[in-house]
Amino acid sequence: MKFSGTTALGLTLGIASASVAGAESLTIAIVNNGHMINMQSVAEAYTADTGIELKWVSLEEGVLREQVTSDTATGGGQYDVINIGMQEAPIWGAAGWIEPLNFGAEYDIDDMLPAMRNGLSYEGTLYAAPFYGESSMVMYRKDLTDAAGVTIVDNDSWDNVRAAAAAIHDPANGVYGVCLRGKPGWGDNMAFVTTVVNSFGGAWFDADMRPTLDSDEWKAAINFYVDLLGTYGPPGSEGNSFNEILALYNEGKCGMWIDATIAASFLTVDGVAYAQSPNAGNPVGANWLWAWAMAVPTGSPNSEAAHDFIEWATSKAYIQAVADHPDFGWGSVPTGTRASTYAHPEFQAVAGFAAAEMAAIESAAPEATDLKPYVGVQFAAIPEFPEVGTAVAQEIAAALSGAKSVDEALAAAQSAADAIMVEAGYY
Amino acid sequence: MAIVTQSSKLGNVLWPTLAWVVALIFFFPIFWLVFTSFKTDADAVKPEFLFFFTPTLENYTNMTENYDYWRFAINSVITSTFATLFALAVGVPAAYAMAFDPSRRTKDILMWMLSTKMLPAAAVLYPMTFLTKNFLGIFDTHFLIILVLCLINLPIVIWMLFTYFKEIPKEIIEAGKMDGVSLWGEIKDILIPLAWGGIVSTALLTFIFCWNEAYWTVRLTTIDAATLSKLIEGNRAPEGLFFGRLAAVSTAAIAPIIILGWFCQKQLVQGLTFGAVK
Repeated sequence: MKFSGTTALGLTLGIASASVAGAESLTIAIVNNGHMINMQSVAEAYTADTGIELKWVSLEEGVLREQVTSDTATGGGQYDVINIGMQEAPIWGAAGWIEPLNFGAEYDIDDMLPAMRNGLSYEGTLYAAPFYGESSMVMYRKDLTDAAGVTIVDNDSWDNVRAAAAAIHDPANGVYGVCLRGKPGWGDNMAFVTTVVNSFGGAWFDADMRPTLDSDEWKAAINFYVDLLGTYGPPGSEGNSFNEILALYNEGKCGMWIDATIAASFLTVDGVAYAQSPNAGNPVGANWLWAWAMAVPTGSPNSEAAHDFIEWATSKAYIQAVADHPDFGWGSVPTGTRASTYAHPEFQAVAGFAAAEMAAIESAAPEATDLKPYVGVQFAAIPEFPEVGTAVAQEIAAALSGAKSVDEALAAAQSAADAIMVEAGYY
Repeated sequence: MAIVTQSSKLGNVLWPTLAWVVALIFFFPIFWLVFTSFKTDADAVKPEFLFFFTPTLENYTNMTENYDYWRFAINSVITSTFATLFALAVGVPAAYAMAFDPSRRTKDILMWMLSTKMLPAAAVLYPMTFLTKNFLGIFDTHFLIILVLCLINLPIVIWMLFTYFKEIPKEIIEAGKMDGVSLWGEIKDILIPLAWGGIVSTALLTFIFCWNEAYWTVRLTTIDAATLSKLIEGNRAPEGLFFGRLAAVSTAAIAPIIILGWFCQKQLVQGLTFGAVK
């Protein structure tokens, strides 16, 4: 018997409707990314089947964090389901702000990519289910590299990346060798910069959680980043993050872009090829790991229904429902969460980036090691990180814009990070 | 004489031209916003489609069907209107007392009221959230948003009204008193008719400030009392270029206030200059 996606969706909805009859509505806080927008249409089937009205509260990423944090911290019960990221999930799970998730056998949790499952767990318990996930990779214009006679390979050396950027850099014709995040923010420039530092053998903190921003590894990494982007990047790079670079790339102005794998699904220019993130030979690697996940805040008055909704929205059946939806299709399914998605021939046919994305996610190494004594690749999964990351981000952007030298910026960053960690009582 | 005439002719051309250039610079973001709202998300980010594109109503359809625009708009109208009315109801008597019956502390009180505007809103975000949600149980209600909008605009309302009232000769009020007019009669029959222009200007500006307020209306609401500010805020995407739909939401959010401003230009200018232009 063929177990079709529609059957699976119906079965999942049936189970959901049987068990959540008590709830009348769910309030769901989401960020306004494309996959979440699509979910609001796809979820009409969920409402039709369960009778549960879904109230969507769409918020800007920073405001969502702020509002959800204050709501969960005060036990307000304002939301039944919340969108959170990989940085928050283990911390909030440990703090008891979100409920552990347990799903039925049909959910097939073993299908979830291990990196995602581990990153959203605390002490082996899953606290948030991934809605879509991403790593980072090189997205380069193969037509330009071919014309320039250079190649970019998986896990290339940074020196070769710089040489390729130099070869395709042609500002007179509006093409810049490389586009990278420069806009200050722990989730903006520091996401990329941290991966570069990792690959140079650096880390945010030592074993005693003292910041190491004045180390030789940080100096080498930031000097390289400032030189690469300053020399071969577009003007005003200190104001560019994901969306700004996406617009530049689709205008044909970027020869190469190293950023979130999700970007590949938005690219509209021809001749794009993919490679795994560059590496300087370090075991931590230079590809990040992130997920937009769903969790149930402790205090939700509709906890049971919220769990059931998450089980449906992060299931294989949901992915099939997006693929079957007349407005979407396989090119619009949420990626980076389940191995089964990448096994679908229909998905492989429309997503030329599929293999590269999955390889990037699988090779990301968020675990704590001797070299990097904290969980997380492009962040540290500690509550203070957003504050530390934001302070350091400003200094790195100042170095990129030329307002400060790299040494001055790192000295100021070290001082700011040290003060935050001392105040937090780490040492 | 000839030089003066020539200079005058030059001025007649130069100043209006300069005024038009400045006005167009200020107007361009609005123009760009409205234009973008009629483009698809894909066309919205392509510079070659800045002026020439196939217009679509897709973003507006999407906004009304999927984003429940009218619910947010009605909430904006309710909260801005009542907050303005309550601010005037408190502000008129307060400004009257300070303008016509000042004490030694009046100036200090006025300065103190203005100083409350200097408090960073973020500093009281957590207590406000905790108190309104866990203690008072009024989080995400029209009452809370009206109260907050009224209170944060009250210093400006009182200052503006005080400035207008100070320009009314005190003798007129005193003459009314001598004729045996009650306090309420002084305000209703003498003060309000004389200061009507100033009160309207104050009301208009307060309404606009309430309509545009985004910090508290975003953070103290979830669904029931969410205003258009929250709708705009929620349409910003960290990963994805959805400028067409964001522009449509923004256009629909600012359109009522722009139309209102267009019809009330004179009063607004008067209000913005705090009664200095007569």
